[in-house]
Amino acid sequence: MKIVILGCSRVGAMLATYLAKNGNDVAVIDSKEGSFVRLPKEAEVKRILGMGVEHDVLKKAGIEEADVFLALTNSDNTNLTAAQLVKHTFKVPRVASRVYDVQRAKSFEGLHLNIICPTVDTVEKFKEFLKSG
Amino acid sequence: MYIVIVGGGDVGLSLTRLLQEHGHEVVLVEKDPTRYAKLSEELGEAIIMGDGAELGTLLDLGANRADVLVAVTETDQDNLVICQLAKLIYLIPRTIAIVKDPRNEELFSSLGVDATVSSTGIIASLIEEKIDAGMAIPLLAFKECGLEIFKTQLSTESSIIKKKISQLDLPKDLIIIAALRGSQVIIPKGDTVFLPGDTIIMLIREENKEAFKRLFLEAV
Repeated sequence: MKIVILGCSRVGAMLATYLAKNGNDVAVIDSKEGSFVRLPKEAEVKRILGMGVEHDVLKKAGIEEADVFLALTNSDNTNLTAAQLVKHTFKVPRVASRVYDVQRAKSFEGLHLNIICPTVDTVEKFKEFLKSG
Repeated sequence: MYIVIVGGGDVGLSLTRLLQEHGHEVVLVEKDPTRYAKLSEELGEAIIMGDGAELGTLLDLGANRADVLVAVTETDQDNLVICQLAKLIYLIPRTIAIVKDPRNEELFSSLGVDATVSSTGIIASLIEEKIDAGMAIPLLAFKECGLEIFKTQLSTESSIIKKKISQLDLPKDLIIIAALRGSQVIIPKGDTVFLPGDTIIMLIREENKEAFKRLFLEAV
């Protein structure tokens, strides 16, 4: 599969490395050169420097042929905008984004976007931990 | 009207001042503490500090009774999400956003932002209109319903001057909103007569643009 990841965050870098190792064609976009240090040197991942909400940058990452787009920057608004841009303008079939803010996550789920909210997931983990004690 | 403006940059500040002068209730939302402190000296209670994309911020200022929300922050992504949340959560009837990248204009419109303003787009159209038609200046486009607001200054050549509006054969779906003569604002009625030098502001359907150009810009 051809996968474009926006944001070489910890999660972005780890996912990109894993997906590339498993035979996928992976490109990662980040606006800071320094973020790419999170990728292991040997990882066969295309590194694209630039803003992920810009059409040219997305095209350079191969968005037009992508099967999957994952928005994993640390900014909720950037992730939501990029996800919608990619879904509506570039018609990528599978799109998911990380959104920290619970309220924003809920609102945008209603718009048929696939949202992963780490805040809710973390709270659940802690609840489980407390229960198990 | 109750108007919420998000983003206390130059545009947000000027817009707040202007709309207050026009008698509207305006609240400006600014995220940056330093900028907020500076602006609050002038604006007092008309500015609050907060992130316009956070539920709490908009709740505090009573966004659910706002008539219009204008997003003029520095980035397209913030402006888009703020407008979408304003619609989704607060059911604000009208949202307007500044768009930095003109290629995002269509995306914004298709995602529910009612009106977009792109300064790059306006400058480009200004240049092209200059070559093309003389002086029709697009001010605002409502892409979804194909409506545009234009302004134009009437020359001595225009075919509509020195005639009463009721005598003009205006195309369907063309509404003259106002005429500006010096500092005077004229709200047009049937017996209004336009003069050379008047600036006309009008709402027009995109498909009638050619008819409008003929009517306003060319001699009979």
